[in-house]
Amino acid sequence: MTQGCAAPAQTASLPATVDLANEAVIQGTVTRAGAPVSSAYARLLDSTGEFTAEVVTGDEGVFRFFAADGDWTVRVLAAGGVSVDSTVTAKTGEVAALEVAI
Amino acid sequence: MSRSDVLVDAEWVESNLDAPALVLVEVDEDVSAYDKGHIRGAVKIDWKTELQDPVRRDFVDKTGFEELLSRKGIANDDLVILYGGNNNWFAAYAYWYFKLYGHDKVKLLDGGRKKWELDSRELVEDVPSRPATQYKAKEQDLTIRAFRDEVVDAISTKNLIDVRSPDEFSGKLLAPAHLPQEQAQRAGHVPTARSIPWSKAANDDGTFKSDEELRKIYSDAGVDLSKSTIAYCRIGERSSHTWFALRELLGLPDVKNYDGSWTEYGSLVGVPIELGEPK
Repeated sequence: MTQGCAAPAQTASLPATVDLANEAVIQGTVTRAGAPVSSAYARLLDSTGEFTAEVVTGDEGVFRFFAADGDWTVRVLAAGGVSVDSTVTAKTGEVAALEVAI
Repeated sequence: MSRSDVLVDAEWVESNLDAPALVLVEVDEDVSAYDKGHIRGAVKIDWKTELQDPVRRDFVDKTGFEELLSRKGIANDDLVILYGGNNNWFAAYAYWYFKLYGHDKVKLLDGGRKKWELDSRELVEDVPSRPATQYKAKEQDLTIRAFRDEVVDAISTKNLIDVRSPDEFSGKLLAPAHLPQEQAQRAGHVPTARSIPWSKAANDDGTFKSDEELRKIYSDAGVDLSKSTIAYCRIGERSSHTWFALRELLGLPDVKNYDGSWTEYGSLVGVPIELGEPK
């Protein structure tokens, strides 16, 4: 069956099927007053500000993207009109980690 | 056709939750979101296990669609309101699918699940039980579905709109960036396709942009709105979103969704592929 287009579960550890050597991972946690926020929306924007992908944070407040080498912006949206941008540089073989406090 | 014929907002849904002959349907590939909470009264359709053929790469056939809708308790006369996660990708796909099988009374909830959640509207865990129906589908309306040979023939003649992200268009990525990148097919795009990501048609909260904004986005990107158009993405759901914007919101007469999309085209032997930035 064709793999769909929905995001996989947003867990803290990288899925076992993923070979990090081939991926430029951007991963982060969304927190409010130190506690993880689930059901926040993390949007990945490319260096021109163009939308690239979006995931919903899991129970641990985690989001993860499989990007390409370069500069990216992660925009976090949450209830109450929250919108927070963070910039990050991704590199193949590495996990670029972010902490987003809202 | 006007916007209110095909789209409803969250407020309208909230005040019509108990209306007769109205069925809310949440459509997702990952249905765990529904299981944790959904709009009151909504039934779920699982994009992967219920809308796709389990063996061949295709949709469930007409009989399969009839069985599915009968089982879900959806009648031919019901007004179906579709919504879902991923900015309504799968809901837009289901909308196209309902139209394909001839269900006319179907609308999308603008902004889908995201807008509903960002507005902090009520979600419940109770699963409704609806009595089964005897749903009758029509034959597929192939005026809205494109197959691979039509896409090859459309090069340089029709509008081809590639709605994937710019990096998928150029060949830098093979899948949206929330998915691992290892795939069998070749990277790139169909020659003469315009790169107009589906997201251009949506606001941050997942609602559709206004008709004026949409018309400007597609015209500025070089789409001749008087010509026939085929939209594609990777597997056909993001392009359903753009198909909805062009045919249902802007009312263009001949717009098809190529559901084979890049996972089919990029695997074909001998077809032309172009790499690199949009020209």
